[in-house]
Parts: sequence; structure tokens; C-alpha cells
Amino acid sequence: MSRNGRPTVPVTIDGQEAMAYEGETILRMAERIGVRIPRLCYLEGLSAWGGCRLCLVEVADDPRYRLACATPVVPEMEVTTTNWELHNHRRRIVEMLFAEGNHICAVCVSNGDCELQDLAAETDVDHIHYDFQHPDSTVDASHPKYVLDRERCVLCTRCVRVCNEIEGAHVWDVAGRGSDSMLVAELSKPWGESPSCTWCGKCVLVCPTGALAFKGRAVGEMRHDPAVIDFLKTARDEGKWDERQEAR
Amino acid sequence: MAEARTAERAAQDESHPSGDERFGLLDKTLRKTRYEQDQLIEVLHVAQDIFGHLSEDILIYLARQLRLPPSRVYGVATFYHLFSFTAPGRHSATVCMGTACFVKGAEEITQQLELTYDVRAGETTEDGELTVSTARCVGSCGLAPVVLVDGVVTSHQTVESTLANVGEVVAQESTEASA
Repeated sequence: MSRNGRPTVPVTIDGQEAMAYEGETILRMAERIGVRIPRLCYLEGLSAWGGCRLCLVEVADDPRYRLACATPVVPEMEVTTTNWELHNHRRRIVEMLFAEGNHICAVCVSNGDCELQDLAAETDVDHIHYDFQHPDSTVDASHPKYVLDRERCVLCTRCVRVCNEIEGAHVWDVAGRGSDSMLVAELSKPWGESPSCTWCGKCVLVCPTGALAFKGRAVGEMRHDPAVIDFLKTARDEGKWDERQEAR
Repeated sequence: MAEARTAERAAQDESHPSGDERFGLLDKTLRKTRYEQDQLIEVLHVAQDIFGHLSEDILIYLARQLRLPPSRVYGVATFYHLFSFTAPGRHSATVCMGTACFVKGAEEITQQLELTYDVRAGETTEDGELTVSTARCVGSCGLAPVVLVDGVVTSHQTVESTLANVGEVVAQESTEASA
């Protein structure tokens, strides 16, 4: 998206009138004017994936909910970011994410720095309506610097995209389908043996949960830094290095 | 640009170092599809037809030839149920689990096959003799229950007749091999 020039597309979001840039997505526009839309797989600087379905919003005169992360604004668009049905829908999605993995915050490196945890709070999850699947997932601690715990993976594919689009190595991909889906390096090899991994650690920085973490961190000690990707992308594409917040 | 293309061609012209002639067949398909990366699924199908299954070696070879990341090739191949990653047995018994066959007792046949050969449907026995699998409707519901033994349709099967038929083909090969 070009940040040059002035926004020219008039839209209404939650009753508030705003101007959007041409071709801008609903999510970006909302972010810019300070309206929060829940999201998980979306990350500024990466391509839109549209997998988590948390950013669905209502568009007036549109029978279907639209993905805010992948739907460009059109003039006079009227967007409602939340209503009872959407809130309920989001809560159920978050519940299902908890039910299909083994997310135990009390023993997780990312406790306190976890987007899944934040989403649970945001969507008022107080208990899980679904049966826990207790998947028999594996941990890959073969890499000297990082560790992958598939029990905590929500398959958002941020790591897959960041490795492909920003680093260019494409070490990661998702193998299998349905409940058997899992994150794999190379041909389902130990991460530490990957010849294409550059050890850059961007996948670890963007992980929303504790699935990818720095090795040696104890419970609650992991700090991610997903915003670094937007910084890198802006620097690379536009030759502009914005001020970076101090790493946490 | 022209130089880069020549270098690329040269790399692709080198077939698999094992010298296995079957890779030549695969190379033919790769050339026909002009090494297009979006032909991956097509090429995987051909590879499975040629080799019977997709081994790690084959997946690496295809990734190199199409210049795709190995994880992508692995991700695509594992997504589809029809791709198999273990070598099929010398013999196969495929039980139709379509509605008609199911009602007529296909499940019992499958279970007894699994018990007798100590293998789960979709897997191959440890000695590589037999692959037991199930299929959706094979389109011969009048013959239910249907079992395909080495690809030959046997109709109106019972547990006993199936075990006898499968036992026969498995024994046949063993005697031929020892003779």
C-alpha cells in the first residue's frame, strides 16, 4: 500500500465516517483510524492468508461476512466490525483453537506474551464448549537456538509466510490435512538439520503463541516481536527506516 | 539471461545419479511440462504411477528439478490421500466399503483381514507381502460385497472366501520365489 498522497475513498466504519486509501483493506483502514478488529493469522508486512476467520466483518448490503484482512474498501462502504453474531462467532473460533491443541498457559514459555491468550480475553472465552482433542503432537528441539512445540501451534502460517516472503528460504510448510495438519521443516525433518534455515529467527519473532520460541526460556519468559516484519518490509520496499520500539 | 537459462537446462538435463531408468520416464514428463512449478501435482501423479509410491528420494528429486522448496513439495504431497509414501506390498487386497458392500458385511471382512495379517487398512505387512486397503464404491454394487485381490474383482465375498483368496495369492508368490 502506498502511504503517499491522501486517502480518497469515503467509508463508514462502526458509524464513524472515515477516508480510506484506494485499494486499502478494511483491516488496514480500521487499524489506521484506531478501530480494533480481532485477528490472528494476519500480520502487517506479510501476505493475507485468511485462515483464522477472526477478522470477519459485516458489510452493509452484503449477504456474506467479509474478511477484513483481504477485502479492499470500496466507496461508500458501510462496515460493522462487531455485533452479537460476530462476537459469538469469534469466541467459538478461539474456543476451537484451544480445543484442538494442548494449550496449557501455566507451563508455556509465552504465558503473558501470547496472542491466543489475548484473543481469549478479548472474545470473552471463559470456558470451552468443545471436547479437547489432546492431540499427540511432537516437539522439535533439534535446532541449536530455537524450539518448536507443535502442541502450541495454531497453524496460522505466519512462520511459513515470513520464511518464504521475507527471508526467502521457505523452510516451513504445513503438511497433511484437517486435524492431521502440522508444521514441518523441509521433508518433515528435524529443524536443526535443515540446510536452508538461515537461523534468522523471524519465524520465532512472529509466532503468536509459544509454538516457536528461543531455546532456554523458562515459563513466561518468551517475548515475541511481530512488528519487526512491517519495519523490515517498509525498509526494503520503500527504503524508509522508521523508528523502532525498543525490543521487549 | 540466455546464459542463466542454459545453466538451468544443464542442471535439469542431469538425471537422478542412481541411474535408475525409471527416473528417465519422470524426466520425460518434467520436460513435457517444461519444468513448470505449478505442474507439481501432475508430476507427483506420474511419479507415483512409475514408482508405486513417493519415497523421500523422489520428493527431493522433484523439488530439485522443479526448483521448489522441499517443504512445499512435502506439504502438497501429504495433503492428498491418493499419494502414498510407503512401498506397496507385492499383493493387494482392497475391500470395497461402499454402502452396498458395507451393509453386506465389508467391515467384518476388513477386520478379519487386518487381524489375520496383523496390519491396519491402508498399510502393508512387515514382510512387504500384502497391502490391505479399503475403497469407496467400486461401482459394482450388484456384486456386493466386493473385494479386489491383486486388482481382480471377486464378488459376493464372505470372510472365509476372502481369506482363502488372499491366502492363495500370497502363498503363490512365495512358492514361485523359492522355486
